[in-house]
Amino acid sequence: MPAEAAAPRPFWSGTISFGLVAVPVDLYPANRSGRVALRMVAPDGTPLSRRYFSHRGEEVSWEEIVRGAEVDDGRFVTVSDEELDVLAPEKSRDIDLTRFVDAAAIDPLYFQRAYYLTPAGDTTKAYRLLAAVMEDTGRAGIATFVMRGKEYLVAIFAENGILRAATLRFADEVRSAQDVGLPEPETPPKKAVDRLARAIRAAARPALDERELEDEDSRRLLAVAREKLEAGEDVLAPPVLPDGGEESEGAEVVDLMEVIKRNLRGRATPPAPARRPARRTERPGRKKGSARPKSAAKPAASGTQRAGRRAVPDLAELSKEELYERARRADVPGRSGMSKQELIRALKRSA
Amino acid sequence: MAARAIWKGVLRVGETEVPVKLYSAVEDRKVHFRLLDAKDEKPVEQRMVHPATGEPVEKDEVRKGWEAEPGVFVVLGDEDLAQAQPEASRAVELTRFVPAEAIDPPWYERPYWLGPDGDDAREPYLALAAALEREGRQGVARWTMRKKRYAGALHARNGRLMLVTLRNAGEVISAADLPAPRGRQLAERELAMARQLVEALEDDFRPEDYRDEHRERVAELVAAKAAGKAPKVRKMRPKKPSDDLDRALAASLEKARGGGRQRRAG
Repeated sequence: MPAEAAAPRPFWSGTISFGLVAVPVDLYPANRSGRVALRMVAPDGTPLSRRYFSHRGEEVSWEEIVRGAEVDDGRFVTVSDEELDVLAPEKSRDIDLTRFVDAAAIDPLYFQRAYYLTPAGDTTKAYRLLAAVMEDTGRAGIATFVMRGKEYLVAIFAENGILRAATLRFADEVRSAQDVGLPEPETPPKKAVDRLARAIRAAARPALDERELEDEDSRRLLAVAREKLEAGEDVLAPPVLPDGGEESEGAEVVDLMEVIKRNLRGRATPPAPARRPARRTERPGRKKGSARPKSAAKPAASGTQRAGRRAVPDLAELSKEELYERARRADVPGRSGMSKQELIRALKRSA
Repeated sequence: MAARAIWKGVLRVGETEVPVKLYSAVEDRKVHFRLLDAKDEKPVEQRMVHPATGEPVEKDEVRKGWEAEPGVFVVLGDEDLAQAQPEASRAVELTRFVPAEAIDPPWYERPYWLGPDGDDAREPYLALAAALEREGRQGVARWTMRKKRYAGALHARNGRLMLVTLRNAGEVISAADLPAPRGRQLAERELAMARQLVEALEDDFRPEDYRDEHRERVAELVAAKAAGKAPKVRKMRPKKPSDDLDRALAASLEKARGGGRQRRAG
């Protein structure tokens, strides 16, 4: 991969419009997966591939697969990619902020995923202006916008002079206390409240400590795996196969934070060639060893094979949620327990 | 109709225990597709195949592998995975209580409502909700659910408790670690106009004002095809902003002051 391909393409590029003011921005995820990734392997350690099989036990190629929604009577209605493409909202390059709300008043229940917005135009003036005013007034802008063929409800926040976006659940995607059937609240005895309030004050802290959010599952899993590695137990180096040897591990091959920093400092990414998967990029001198040398034998077929399909490129740029959604559409078994990397792999296999 | 609880646990705050039921606070509205064999429109199944032979590998033969270094795998068996699993427990430990606004939105992952589990739980449940609201704090919780460890924020609103799971340490890029974009000082006049514009567009967050039209269109398409009708197509139109900052602000302000009122009244 050429050296100038170092910076990944933004997740989305567009314009925040604020009245008639246009603020060109690039959008990058603010969330990244840190979970330890495991792969499905054969007893000899060879990473396995996913394939589709019919109920008669025959392998079915991707070209022979159609997408269907189950309708009430157990019947499937097939829907083609072309039909779905027509329905996809027209690409709008706009996040049109028509409403500003109290940023602290958005219920945490709505928050889905977070992104950073970095200035993309020749000047940062409009960006800084919007950030300054929103931060100063404690307001968040609300809009709907279209990203990657889907519609999102989004809140734009300003923090430390930086614009941030959060995708929000739509109203019909959340349940109220009434929906769930929680009992009507009553006034509890004052003594009981006082006792709990004292317990709360006793454990009160001024802020969240990130250390409390440690991924304990990954820590434990890594400890077990490393112990086996040191003991030389079940450590296998399977022969690299043309089809098997792809994908390296490591949640983030590209250092997302560096990319966002660079963009905020105004050294914007040169427009990247279209449709190149961004994730496999390696910057010289960085991340030595963690990225596996790309196997030249990686079949080029994965691109051509799927021409005309929509479940195509840049999987690594998608959020875990979006990957999961795709995995669900593709009916990937075991998807709920998969890490981001596993989902990417599963989707590639399924293609 | 009341929803089904997905888990039962016990909140621990100081000496008080509050048995609770956990309910999902999100509703899946997506249209789900399955992959079908085009020949008979029956669902296909995914299987793992060995890349050397192309032959399916039976489920009980499939192992998990941790890639220690490129091409080197530590194979983990069921016992290894079991060893790594957290101990099962019903306890939801509340380790500390932070101010209600102390957790930034990017940490939030998935919300759950909590309801009292049993009649005896009612009073401590209500008392905990009232105490959290009175103190203006939220609890930081850790618990084990379905063989996984979770971290969450315990909130109270209107006498009810909600637990929102939080992302793991390192999974959120903090704005505090990022440099703000720089440039020439902003003009007072523009700052003032921008401020007025934000104020003119101030409103409450009303989620019910927004709809996922794309999802609705997909559902309509499926319903139409199921009924044997030709699907109808609706499209959206984009708008166009301008780039003279000062003029755009003035014009927007004018518009917002005129139009905003009407919209709100209507």
